[in-house]
Parts: sequence; structure tokens; C-alpha cells
Amino acid sequence: MSEPIHLKSAHSLRDAIRAKEISAREAAEAYLDHIDAVDGDVRAYTDVWREPALARADAIDSQLAKGEDAGPLAGVPIGLKDLICTTEGTTACCSELLKGFRSPYDATVAEKLYAAGTVVLGKLNMDEFAMGSSTENSSVVTTRNPWNLDCVPGGSSGGSAAAVSAHECAISLGSDTGGSIRQPAACCGCVGMKPTYGRVSRYGLVAFASSLDQIGPFSRDVEDCALTLNTICGHDRRDSTSANLEVPDFTTSLTGDVKGVRVGLPKEYFTDALGVEIRAKIDSAVKVLESCGAEVVEVSLPHTEYAVATYYIICTAEASANLARFDGVRYGNRAPDTQSPEEMYKKTKSAGFGAEVQRRILLGTYVLSSGYYDAYYLKAQKVRTLIKQDFDAAFEKCDVIVTPTTPTPAFRIGEKSDDPLSMYLSDIYTISANLGGNPAISLPCGLTESGLPAGLQIIGRPFEEGAVLQSAYAFEQNSGIDLGVPTAIAESVS
Amino acid sequence: MTYEPVIGMEVHVELSTQSKVFCGCSNDFHAPANSNVCPVCLGMPGVLPVLNGRAVEYSVLVGLALNCTISRWSKMDRKNYFYPDLAKNYQISQYDLPLCHDGFIDIEVDGKTKRIGITRAHLEEDTARNSHTVAGRESGVDFNRCGVPLLEIVTEPDIRSADEAYAYLSSLKQILQYLDVSDCNMEEGSIRAEANISIRPTGTEPFGTKTEVKNVASFSGTQKAIEYEIKRQTKILDDGGTVDQVTMGWDADRGVTVTQRSKESAHDYRYFPEPDLTPIVVDEAWETRLRKSMPELPQVRRARFMEEHGLSEYDASILIADKAAADYFEQTVSAGAPGKLAANWIMGDLQALMTEKQGTINALPITPGHLAEMIGLIEDGSISGKIAKDLLPEMYDSEKAPGDLVKEKGLAQISDTSVLEQMGADLIEANPGPAEDFRNGSERAIGFFVGQMMKATKGQANPKLANEIMRKLLQQ
Ligand SMILES: [Zn+2]
Repeated sequence: MSEPIHLKSAHSLRDAIRAKEISAREAAEAYLDHIDAVDGDVRAYTDVWREPALARADAIDSQLAKGEDAGPLAGVPIGLKDLICTTEGTTACCSELLKGFRSPYDATVAEKLYAAGTVVLGKLNMDEFAMGSSTENSSVVTTRNPWNLDCVPGGSSGGSAAAVSAHECAISLGSDTGGSIRQPAACCGCVGMKPTYGRVSRYGLVAFASSLDQIGPFSRDVEDCALTLNTICGHDRRDSTSANLEVPDFTTSLTGDVKGVRVGLPKEYFTDALGVEIRAKIDSAVKVLESCGAEVVEVSLPHTEYAVATYYIICTAEASANLARFDGVRYGNRAPDTQSPEEMYKKTKSAGFGAEVQRRILLGTYVLSSGYYDAYYLKAQKVRTLIKQDFDAAFEKCDVIVTPTTPTPAFRIGEKSDDPLSMYLSDIYTISANLGGNPAISLPCGLTESGLPAGLQIIGRPFEEGAVLQSAYAFEQNSGIDLGVPTAIAESVS
Repeated sequence: MTYEPVIGMEVHVELSTQSKVFCGCSNDFHAPANSNVCPVCLGMPGVLPVLNGRAVEYSVLVGLALNCTISRWSKMDRKNYFYPDLAKNYQISQYDLPLCHDGFIDIEVDGKTKRIGITRAHLEEDTARNSHTVAGRESGVDFNRCGVPLLEIVTEPDIRSADEAYAYLSSLKQILQYLDVSDCNMEEGSIRAEANISIRPTGTEPFGTKTEVKNVASFSGTQKAIEYEIKRQTKILDDGGTVDQVTMGWDADRGVTVTQRSKESAHDYRYFPEPDLTPIVVDEAWETRLRKSMPELPQVRRARFMEEHGLSEYDASILIADKAAADYFEQTVSAGAPGKLAANWIMGDLQALMTEKQGTINALPITPGHLAEMIGLIEDGSISGKIAKDLLPEMYDSEKAPGDLVKEKGLAQISDTSVLEQMGADLIEANPGPAEDFRNGSERAIGFFVGQMMKATKGQANPKLANEIMRKLLQQ
């Protein structure tokens, strides 16, 4: 019996569709049926676009029937995080305030993915406005970890990670402001990458923290990650912060070889805060890279301990302004029966935003306030520069930096809901790459004894995604690690 | 006690670029409500601003004309406050690093030149316009204006009187018109002036408490509001009171300033650098290119009009005040008219005619070529000045060349001596009384005969010739 469609990687599915062994419609139907089977447990999707997806798949099939090139991801079923604007369906950022909101335009990444031939299956769950590390802050539902339904999938792109891990789509997009792609990828045992800041257009990504946000892919292997990057990267004149640089074919970096590559291990990351089990996984991962010819060096990122504080000042400051527009005046759910603009703002925001979003808006408003700006925001910007300089100095000595993605595997649902500080520390290893703007990937490096995935993070120099992918691919191909189908959904998959 | 007013001005100028400052929407906000809008200027989720390079160029041109230093490196900032006319609930503006800074402008008041320092000129986006229906207690917002590029020009507190403030605003408007960067329409709010006014005992240094007067619909209104505010503050201090730091409006009907907002409700705008935009870098090459593209500015043009065309300072000042009038003047001169005559006709009869017809110089049916031709006809004696005065409205209505109109209507001046001599002889024969008076020494009688001759010719007799001929005939 041949492999079920939804177990194939995106690239092998694409090849089969191009070769007309499988039709795009069959692929879409297989995935939609699988969503029906498992999403009651996983709860990754907030909106499934069955009819539009099938119509789109038919269009791809007729393109292929006419002998046309249907794109590098022809017929590949994908999912999008609920903060990527699409004219199809709704874009609600999993917030009550934007519930039912229909975007009048498509995000640049959505346009690019349509042009590449993908079939979008729907929108994926997330922490409201991307604020959180567990998807528990979603106003819609809490997504569950496909490896253990009692655990969180991580966040904020928890739906995107869980959907790929549970084979509910071949590829998905998420966004990463402080680790929101890499941390859930680690928790769910899939590949997740945050490209360099400026590599992917943010036009159409509902902003959380503009100077940190970056869109990136989730996939089940490194090759699919590279393929997706080929499609979504590139300059966009609608985003002034997108880099006007040539985008290489990232698949050419997938050589399987890391001979002469200098792998840096930052000593500040390997402290007592790191769980023993995860540490062991990282140690053996480093050995794999070494055995493939990499040279391991110790490096230092001395300002690491300030990263979390710096991050929470900058991201909340930017968020306080970015979320100001959700006032119920032009769109979104306006509180009824108010008598003045001020009352309308207060009631709309109090009813529409969840607790974590309100907390961050207040924090951000505070750090920008007259009299506090210099002590908080300005100081944080200075430390951010130091953290960038740390990376520059470290990358003099090495070509990629290898760290754990998270200090612990996925935690249990509800475990940290009342403790925002401990929740914030879930991103302790991922935040620095956002502050520095560096590309970083998380890929699976094994299961813990409790059967939960651990993630290996590889960080590169800005705009050297190729180097990151090269090391990630070499590890993936030589480690012998294949997590297989997540245990919690294995029954439905057979 | 005598007091010295200390006044600083903040002027917002809407720049007349084709598109808005951060999106591709048309800058024309006269269109039907909410028709020039897009996701970006509506502040939809996920959108990003892209800075309009022309808006930067227009701002730099103004900065150069105001003798400012142009920042090699500046940035945009977010100014945070909530109001329904502000789509994002923050305005993209410039806080600590304005595009242009440390300039000056020389103004003239009572024949004296005074230098007013320009603190800064920075680029920002305009807001939408709110409107309210009283009956339905409903409010609407028209976002056509949201995102129109706005240049805010701030002076040093160098202005000492309402007249100086008026002169500053007029000079600034002239410069903006010459640069062609704004339509400068006060009524439609494309120039909005705010004045910060305080007074201090004459001869002392420390500033008094200032009040801010805004939302005044005209420059003369601003002038009156400042005059009023100086008197009001003087009276308060003379009565032993203290001036409150407030924002005031101008009630033009009652001629008084009215408090709009007190200091307590002043905002904390929580400025921080706009992360969606990259820094604005104006390198030397760009600045030089813009400097070279600058048109002649009003002050320079005034000097040249005096020098090249022999105009008085007064006439030159009036002509250059309106760029269109000055352009019209120069075109008339290039079409062959002597400068002084052209200036007299433009500022005199032509201006009166425009006022009567409610026309503007931009849409004048009389071309500079036609005006020059008409002046030429007077000069070569083809028509009299009086005929010309009658001819001008005909030219206006018909848009025809004056030479053609003169032919068509038979208005050419009669300079044929034999015709006028025959007519003069007939007049003397018909009016023996006045002829006798002349011979008895009455000079006035000659006026009678010339008048009769003009009447008989419907004004077409060459008046100089008519006078000569009558004198000759009467003396015979
Ligand atoms: Zn627009």
C-alpha cells in the first residue's frame, strides 16, 4: 500500500502532482479529510476553507492538464497563521476584537504562495495578536500538542506548528517576534524558521512589534523549508524594511555536508536554566555536526541575560502603538451604545482584547511615557545594539551558532497561565535572534523520555539563511532522527 | 507698564504632491468623501507606510528657501494619541530629528527688514476630517485628507507684533507659491497657522506664560487674534492677574479669542521612532540637485524687477506678492511692452477688471501677448489711452486680439490732419461765441473745441493733434 498523501513531504507531493500521479484535488481532499479526523483533538485550525481549497486545487489541476507550469509548490496544501491577511475567509488574529474581520487585500506572502501554486486550507490558531508562547491566549480555542494532547503546542504560532506536525497541512506560515515560530516548532517536533529581518515582506502581516516581526515557514523537513523560503523571500516595495537583495535558491545549500563549517556554542546558553534532558539532546546533535566535518568552537554572547527584558520593553512599546488602531471606528467589533469617542475606545478595547494583550499594551504605554522613556525604551534600544554587536563578534569566530530552542519541552496546558514571567522565559533562547535580526531555524533533535520533542536552534549571520539551512540539512540527514507521526494522532493516521 | 509681545508661529502646509505621503492614493481631497482611500491610509490591519520621495523633495525645497540646514540623516517618529480622524491612532511625524532646521526668513514691516529664525520644518501626515450631524447625533469621518503630506514650519519666538506675524505669514506663503509646493489655499486649510503668544515687561528677558491661538481661517484673522491676545494679556497683567497657559480659538464674528483646551489636558504623545520606515538620508548630491532646481524666490525677483524693468520698490513688491501676477507681468514685458507701462496696466485697469469680473490672473482671458499688443497700439498712436480703457473689457469678453477689435469696431485714432482741420473749421464756424472768447484770451475755450472734436469723433481723434489743430485754426 502506498504512503498516504498527507504523510508525504511537500516536495515529494509536489513532484507527484506535477507527474500527475496524484491530482491537486486528491491532495486537498486527503488533507481536508485528515483535518476532519484529527482537528477535533488538535484544534489547530480556526477556519477551514474546504470549498475554496477544492476550487483552487481544481484550478491547479486544469493548469497542469494544459501543460502549464503551476508553480514550484503546485498543489501543495498549506495553512496560514490567522494574522496573515487574506481576502478569502477572515483574518481575526484570534481576537474577539477582530472576530469576523475580512481583509480587503492579500498579504504579500499570500500572493506569493498563491502564485507558487499552493492550495490554502484555512487559517491557523495563535495567541491573540501573536502575544504568548502557548496559544492559550487565543480567543478561539487552545491548540493541543499532537505529541500529547494535555500539553501546549507552544506559541504564538502554535496552530501553524501543530497543523504541520499533525499532518493537517504540508507547510504552514507563522510569524516570529521573539520565538513564535521556533519555540512551537520545537514543542511540536517540526522544522520552523525565522528568516533574517527584512528577508520576507511584512506587508499584510498584522503587526505585533514591527522591528522584530518576521514571517517564516513550518515544514516537516529542511528541504520543504528551503522551498518555501524560495517562494516567500524577496524585496517588496510595499514594505520599506524589506531588504533589496537578491534571493538565492536556498535548495542549493542543502548539500548534506558541513566540512569546515565553524559551529559556535554560546556559553551563556548552556547554564543551569537548561533542562538536563534537552542539554543531552543538544550535546549529541553537536556531535553529529562534528562527525559531518564541522568544527566546534565556544563563543560568547555576553549580553544574553538582558535579552528577555530588552525584548519585552521594545515589543510592548511597539505593540502599544500598533494595536492602537483597533478602536472599532473603521472595522472590528465596536462596543455598542457609547456616548463619546473616549468611552467607545475604552469599552471596545476592554471587551475586545484579552488579558495578555491588555497587559502588554499597558506595559508598552508605560515604557514610552514621558519621564520613563529614557530609562526603559531608550536603554532597551542601546542594549539591543549591544546584543547585535555580540552576534557580530561571535560570528567572527564561527559561521553558525547552535543552541537549544527552548529550555524545556512543551509544558502542560494551564501550567503557566497564571505566571506570565515564567511564560516569558519560554523564549529565553529565541529572543536574541529577533533583537539581532538574525536568521534562525529550529528542527527536531529527538524525543524526551516523556515522549515530547526537543528542538535544536541554528542561528546565522544576517541574510545567510543558506548557511543555516546547510547545517540544519546536514544534521537532519545524518542524525538518523525521524520523529515519525506524533503519538497522539497516530491512530487516526494509520 | 509697557510690555513687549513675544510670538512664535507654527504653520502647517499641505504639500501638493500627486499622491499621499505614505500610500499611492491621490492627494486630491475634494473628491467625494472616502473615495481617495486605500488600506494603508485607512490604517487597516497589516499595512505598512512607504515614504513618498516627492514629499521629501518638496520639504527640502522649502527648507532651502528658508535658509535651513538640511539633515543628512533624519527619521520619522510615531506620535501617539487617540482620535477618530487619525486612522492608526498615531500620526507619523518627526520628533527629534526634523528634515530641515536652523534657518531664517527676512520679512519687511514698515519699510524695515527683520530676520525671523526658523527652528525647524518637519514632514508628517495630515489627519482625516470629522463631521457631525447635530440632529442625528452622528459623526462621520472622511479619510480623503488622511495621509496628505504636511510640512510643519516652526519659528523662533522672534516675532514682536501682529503686523510682523502677518508679514511673516505673507512672505512664507509667497515662498511656498514660488516653489509651487502647495496650493496655499487658506479656506481649504492647505495653510494653517498657529501663534504662541506671550508678553513680558519691556526690557526684560524671561518669557511670560504663553497662549496658543489656532484654527484661524485667514492670515488677517491671525493678525487680529494676536492683536486681541496681546491686549487681553496686557489687561490681565495690568490688573495684577496671571495668564493661563491655554489653547485658544478665534471667534471671528465677535472678534475675541476663546479658550479651547487647558494645559492640564495636554497630551503625552509617547513619541518613538517609526519602525516601519527606514531613515531619510538626503545626501549632498540630492541636496545640490534640489538647490539647482529652485526657482527664483520672491525677494530676488523683486530686486530684479526694480533693476531690469525700472519699477519702483512699491510696484515691484505688489507684483511679486502674487507669483501668477509677476509671471503675467514678465510675459507681458517679453511680448514687447515697456515694464513701467505693463506694471501700471496690470496693477490698475486689469486688476480692477478682474475684481469686477471675479476672475483670477491664472484664468485671465486677456493673454500677456494681447496686453502687450494693446500697449503697443497706444505707444504708436493707433489708439488713445481712453480708447484702450474701453478696449480692455472687450478684450476680456471676446478674448480677441486688440488690433483685430480696433479694426472691427473702427476704433483707430484719427490722426489724419486734413480730416481734423476740416472738422475744426466747421466747429469754429458753428460756434462763433467760444471762438471769440479764445481770441479775447480765454484759454478755456480751446478745451471746449477739443471736447467737441472728441465728441464728434467718438473719442477717436488723436487728442494731442486735435489740440494743436484747434489752436492753429483759432489763431488764424
Ligand atoms: Zn491611501
